[in-house]
Amino acid sequence: MAQAYSPGLTVTKSIVLKKDRILPLKGKVLVKKGDKVKAEDIVAETLLPGKVLPFNLSNKLGVTADLIGQYLKVKAGDKIKKGQVMAVTNGFLGFFKTSVKSPIDGEIESISKITGQMLLREPRIPIQVKAFIDGIVVDVIKEEGVVIENKSAYIQGIFGLSGERSGEIKMLADSPDEVIKPDKIDDSCKDKVIVCGALVSYDVIKKAQKVGVSGIISGGIDDQDLKKLLGYNIGVAITGHENIGLTIVVTEGFGIIKMANNTFSLLKSFEGHKASIHGITQIRAGVMRPEIIIPIEFKEDELKAEEPKMATLEIGTTIRVIRQPNFGLIGKVTGLPEKLTKVESETMVRILEAELETGEKVTIPRANVEVIED
Amino acid sequence: MGNTQKLKRIIATDCGSTTTKSILIEYVDGEYRQTVRGEAPTTVEKPLNDVTRGVVNAVTELEELARLKYNDDSIKFIKDEAIWLTEKEGEGVDAYVSTSSAGGGLQMMVTGVVAKMTGESAERAALGAGAIVMDLIASNDKRANYEKIERIRQLRPDMILMAGGVDGGTTKHVAELAELVGAADPKPRLGSSYKLPVIYAGNTSAQDIIKETLGNKTDLIITENLRPTLDRENLGPARDKIHDLFMEHVMAQAPGYNKLMGWTKGPIDGKLVNIPIMPTPAAVGNIMQTIAKINDIEVLGVDIGGATTDVFSVFTEHKVFNRTVSANLGMSYSISNVLATAGLQNILRWVPFDIDESELLNMIKNKMIRPTTIPQKLEELILEQAIAKEALRYAFIQHKEFAAGLKGGQKKREIADAFAQTASGASIVNLMTLDLLVGSGGVMSHAPRRNQSVMMLIDSFLPEGITRLAVDSIFMMPQLGVLAEISEKAATEVFEKDCLIYLGSCVAPVGAMKQGKIALHAKIKLPNGKTFEENIPFGEVRLLPCGVGEVAKATLKPGRGLNIGEGKGQEMDCDLHGGVVGIVLDTRGRQPFNLPVEAAKRVPLLKKWMKEFKVYPEERE
Repeated sequence: MAQAYSPGLTVTKSIVLKKDRILPLKGKVLVKKGDKVKAEDIVAETLLPGKVLPFNLSNKLGVTADLIGQYLKVKAGDKIKKGQVMAVTNGFLGFFKTSVKSPIDGEIESISKITGQMLLREPRIPIQVKAFIDGIVVDVIKEEGVVIENKSAYIQGIFGLSGERSGEIKMLADSPDEVIKPDKIDDSCKDKVIVCGALVSYDVIKKAQKVGVSGIISGGIDDQDLKKLLGYNIGVAITGHENIGLTIVVTEGFGIIKMANNTFSLLKSFEGHKASIHGITQIRAGVMRPEIIIPIEFKEDELKAEEPKMATLEIGTTIRVIRQPNFGLIGKVTGLPEKLTKVESETMVRILEAELETGEKVTIPRANVEVIED
Repeated sequence: MGNTQKLKRIIATDCGSTTTKSILIEYVDGEYRQTVRGEAPTTVEKPLNDVTRGVVNAVTELEELARLKYNDDSIKFIKDEAIWLTEKEGEGVDAYVSTSSAGGGLQMMVTGVVAKMTGESAERAALGAGAIVMDLIASNDKRANYEKIERIRQLRPDMILMAGGVDGGTTKHVAELAELVGAADPKPRLGSSYKLPVIYAGNTSAQDIIKETLGNKTDLIITENLRPTLDRENLGPARDKIHDLFMEHVMAQAPGYNKLMGWTKGPIDGKLVNIPIMPTPAAVGNIMQTIAKINDIEVLGVDIGGATTDVFSVFTEHKVFNRTVSANLGMSYSISNVLATAGLQNILRWVPFDIDESELLNMIKNKMIRPTTIPQKLEELILEQAIAKEALRYAFIQHKEFAAGLKGGQKKREIADAFAQTASGASIVNLMTLDLLVGSGGVMSHAPRRNQSVMMLIDSFLPEGITRLAVDSIFMMPQLGVLAEISEKAATEVFEKDCLIYLGSCVAPVGAMKQGKIALHAKIKLPNGKTFEENIPFGEVRLLPCGVGEVAKATLKPGRGLNIGEGKGQEMDCDLHGGVVGIVLDTRGRQPFNLPVEAAKRVPLLKKWMKEFKVYPEERE
């Protein structure tokens, strides 16, 4: 499950994390409170009702719906096997009987004498929920799932693709602004979470898929590459279900954008460590952002989650510009004028004054920056 | 209606997905005015999980601002962590009402036998009740039955509205749909501890069959058929049931709403009674219908948000109300979908400069993932407004198709009808008879210049003849819609005086002719004493000064073959209402309105019009 969005994406070397791992329907929880679990462990499972197959019995028998009752050999609720006879007509003098057989293994859901339709249900489908992160089970929600807690280095992405995966972190970019080429990816990247710099191109993704890379972390991605990769344009920002064989977490946005220094250096310091990542993104009320979770050693008494703090904007706060001009640049706040100010587009907005990493002094609408916690 | 004399101070809130907006309405000097407004983040999700916290915060802001305004520290709206309702003069407030779209609003699935007939009626009932229709499942929708079952199961709506069959007609298809719903065994979106509410409003002869099929599996409510005959819709009972269920099931599941439902009260016939919380879009529909009825006008309204665009309209002498939600046309969350729907070329046709295509595509996606950012550069503002025009245009196309007469019915034809050739199911949206066009939503209300809102409204809706234009400055319509439940007077007075900002009027002859030919002879006596007189060639725009509350006397004669309401080439004398922008004379043509495809021809035209509209700073033009 992904974390709720807070202004300014979290990038931190140590945080106490809690993850709800909940089944889509009620089922069975396989672990108990206090258990230590690994990311791959199955913590809960259930059986989803099987697919329903409508079956027009009256047509098959060649009789009207109200007459099917007299030919039935099964009733609602019966278990059935593929090929089992479900209904037989009387035929003529015992000859020319029509018999109708079940096309599936499963169960008879219902038989309607109004429409002449049978509903057959396939066997139930098992669904399993994994722990996703290494940690301790701190709570069990009866028949629904568990809450797992751990201490981790933690990075929120801005946008991602595909679901939960894990792997060892491997740095491919030497600097946060590098745009890596496909030839940097070789068999040593198999099952790894690779870190690119300012862009992950279509060719790099294709190579990564071929090699069997588990996940890609990158500063930017190009819109047209994304369309080429998926075969469609993402219209609404709900992702996480893409079937592309690997997970992509973008930390900054669309286009070539240097990965934030602290994100890059944090990932570098954990090279070789196992990370759990997902690309689930949903941008509206109840925002979900992709996550990179790198579990670290902890003692149980350290597991005290801090109250979530709202990042504050003060003189000296480090910020990142999240819209043109100067998109992606980092700076420090030097002034916070109270009055509404007119910007180039003539919009009257609350602004802040900042000195960018390039040394340039600028004014920026407050809505166009995010706070970076040092 | 309530005893409005007693209502001196009313608080109304709208709990949106992200923000809870509060307004204070007071009875001042013999009339109702909106005096103070506040807002706070909505608290329906973690970590607070209680909608009333956001309401208290938004009302606390109102309280603080009211104290400042009146320099009176004794003003108090909150007592014991709740809104203070009291009948005692000068204390607390007399009424509190609220709307809600928090938690994604009301999400419904509807079913009907024939998609274009009973299916469409069911959709109209659900939309009119303020719902988002996630899907319409119909017997003839070309999906195989197993696909329909899968779809119903995946959707997890808040409730299902089932229609189908005229009274006394065949029951087989409705029964089959009920079987599909039963087989899917859908679970409600919020919480798995209760049964999914299903409203059956189809063929009355099938009621017993439906009870047998769905009675045990769902929380089944049976009401009158919403399409009793092919030529009659009866949406009222189904809509009422939707509202009841919205309160009892959906709202009651959302965190804190049980408490909030206990707070919303107002005096009706002298007694303080509970006023149900309304779904936000239903409240907007309520106020629009009220305004249309009271002033005897036709109204078209649009609310363009980050995720969706809602279009509301009241047309014909019967004041028929229609609402559509274009679920995936919006300015942030769904901005990328506007591009996918309209195509890059349609967006760029409104842009008077060159831009690198890949840069634009990345900009749009970045807006999608960082929806709260604002355009700092002028170029980005122009691009966002170009995208807004296309989002509005498509939302309006969808609305026109939907706001139609009943399909499938036999229509009695008089001789005149035979000539007019109005087919069954034709749109009732008639821009020529439209009186008032209202825009709202961030991109419209927060545009740096009101002239930009005028241009966006005109370019996307292409109003015909004479039309007044307005924006709802802070989107107060939801609160006024629910307020109308206790005091129509208070709601309409505030609507006229504080809710709408009149932008002016648009005069647009319908038809086309060669560029440069005279499209409109206008003689207009302006309120400043001057008279404007010009033979305006085809393909031009003029903007004349005429302020809020001012009226200009006009004599307008359209060019040969063109019509401004009285028939082709017919002159008319009329009053043109002013506004913060003024009067727009638009001879760019309607039906069709054509923009040249080639940039070399189009860009100079756009620049000329933008200059005349005074939409952007001079250096851009």
